[in-house]
Amino acid sequence: MNDIKRILIGFWSNLVTLWLIFAHLWRHKDTVNYPEEMPYLPPRYRGRIILTRDPDGDERCVACNLCAAVCPVGCISLQKAERPEDGRWYPEWFRINFSRCIYCGFCEEACPTAAIQLTPDFELAEYDRQNMVYEKEHLLISGTGKYHDYNFYRVAGMSIAGKPKGAAESEAQPIDVKSLLP
Amino acid sequence: MELIFYICSGVAIIATLLAIIGTNPMHSLLELITSLLAVGLIFFTLGAPFAGILEIIVYAGAIMVLFVFVVMMLNLGRATIEQERQWLKPSAWIAPALLTLVLLGELMQLLATQPDDHAVAGGAIVGAKAVGVMLYGPYLLAVELGSMLLLAGLVAAFHLGRSLD
Amino acid sequence: MSAIAAWFTPEVIAVLIGMVKAVVILLVVIIASAWMIWVERRLLGLWQDRWGPNRVWWLGIGQVVADMVKIFMKEDWIPKFVDKPVFILAPAIAMVMTLLAFAVIPIAPGWRIIDLNVGVLFFLAVLSLSAYAVMLGGWASNSKYALFGGVRAAAQMLSYEVFMGLAMMGVVIQAGSFSFDTIVEAQTGLWYVVPQFLGFILFLLATIAATHRAPFDIPEAEQELTAGFHTEYSGMKFGMFFVAEYISITLMSALVVTLFFGGWHGPLLPPVVWFCLKTGLFMCFFILLRAALARPRYDQFMESGWKVMLPLALLNVLVTGGIVVALAAH
Repeated sequence: MNDIKRILIGFWSNLVTLWLIFAHLWRHKDTVNYPEEMPYLPPRYRGRIILTRDPDGDERCVACNLCAAVCPVGCISLQKAERPEDGRWYPEWFRINFSRCIYCGFCEEACPTAAIQLTPDFELAEYDRQNMVYEKEHLLISGTGKYHDYNFYRVAGMSIAGKPKGAAESEAQPIDVKSLLP
Repeated sequence: MELIFYICSGVAIIATLLAIIGTNPMHSLLELITSLLAVGLIFFTLGAPFAGILEIIVYAGAIMVLFVFVVMMLNLGRATIEQERQWLKPSAWIAPALLTLVLLGELMQLLATQPDDHAVAGGAIVGAKAVGVMLYGPYLLAVELGSMLLLAGLVAAFHLGRSLD
Repeated sequence: MSAIAAWFTPEVIAVLIGMVKAVVILLVVIIASAWMIWVERRLLGLWQDRWGPNRVWWLGIGQVVADMVKIFMKEDWIPKFVDKPVFILAPAIAMVMTLLAFAVIPIAPGWRIIDLNVGVLFFLAVLSLSAYAVMLGGWASNSKYALFGGVRAAAQMLSYEVFMGLAMMGVVIQAGSFSFDTIVEAQTGLWYVVPQFLGFILFLLATIAATHRAPFDIPEAEQELTAGFHTEYSGMKFGMFFVAEYISITLMSALVVTLFFGGWHGPLLPPVVWFCLKTGLFMCFFILLRAALARPRYDQFMESGWKVMLPLALLNVLVTGGIVVALAAH
């Protein structure tokens, strides 16, 4: 008798399961139909890497090589050059191999001038692998990226033409070592 | 109908021969299944579809499944094939084969002298109902005896298969 | 011209029409079964709060074509350690046996390949032969998982065919014939699902076991046996096992409809439509079972087969027979 009761209860519970699963037919679907329906990506999403510019329009990158040094997969390479007219450093060429990049964001953290930034763009598929290697003209944008007001040469102590030592924002005059005054 | 009968008979004989002389047990079983299927078809041509289908269900479908089941578990390898080769030496099979040939000759003799009033293929069809009526009418005792035997087998299997605790 | 016309005697024309019908039924069955792959993926998706494949063509119905192109392009690799002839034979048996069973299923009045007077038994015979596909495939693969799959399949088929046959016998006793046509004709007034409800439940459970589908997919339990009997199969040989499974779902659905749900009977719509509609509903039910239920343990499964289903099926046969005899006496 007990066995019959057990069998009937088991049978009923299976029927309930069937109904519950069937009722999922008109539930909300979690799938995002990607190309038609873009998923929301937060502004700090780590996608395609860009090089940004100053508010003045000069490129921010000072070719310090910190990004290339910190990159765990070694996908960044660049060559430093100096602008003869004002002494600013800039990369002669800047190359990121996106087929190696793991989008860890270390380069962005390492960058002292907020030049290199990751963007919420992930659609990087190419038919030819060589097209995944981005040169400087592909990376450099004409805007400021995430930090609109930051201008490295205006806040840093580095002297360039038209801005000697001590002329930067909230920077004290350099100490005159030949004077005895405090 | 007669042509189908002869084709089926040929298939059955060849498949059985192959089953006997084959060295791989699984292949032999497959040939035996083919032979049983051919025999089932012969029943069809003789106008007994019920018997033919039962032949296929019971022999090809159930009993041979058990045979295959057992052979699957036996882990037969190259050694078995060697052993089979040993057993299939002419000295082993020539004497029984000759004796069987004598029986075959006798059968041929009987068939040749038999008056030809038993039409073989394409006779009246014996349906399932007719078989049932026969089984539970004139042959009731045989059916009951057969079922008693099966019951005894079942009880014995249960006795052997029960756990000892 | 008249010489050619003389060839087309009524008998020849009847044979030709029969052949055309057989080919049409074969093609419809294969195409419907292939499309079930898409239906299954789509429905499983919906029941799991996803969309399922909806990219290729309208609603994704071209997914099957894409899948087929893929599976035909794949390398059909035969491992070195297998028993080659049996390995190649097994998927062919799976396909042929399931397709063969459709020969006796009446789709609409006059729309069947053959009205065998032992139709039900023919179906059982073909079903028991289709067990060989799984067993031989498992054995010939010569690997542990495949062998276990084959062994489980053999035990499952043996134990579930017994009460499947017995569950059908209730219907056979009521209709008084093994012929599917007679069985369908006998359901003009009342479908057999009402008087034979117990038989219907038992038969449905047995069909799930016979198709090796979840929840009774014990021969190919992925979590335990990798892929069971078809672990070593690849390319179109695997595809044949795959399609054979769907064909057997179609077959079992058609059979449940024929035996218990009045076959082609139904108001207003033409018989073919009714038959296809009912069969399609049962095919969806098979998918729902897979989406919802968990696989029982192997020993529980066998135990329920022999200790619960078989006595119930015997009881069903006994009671049905008694009632039929009592009614006939009046």
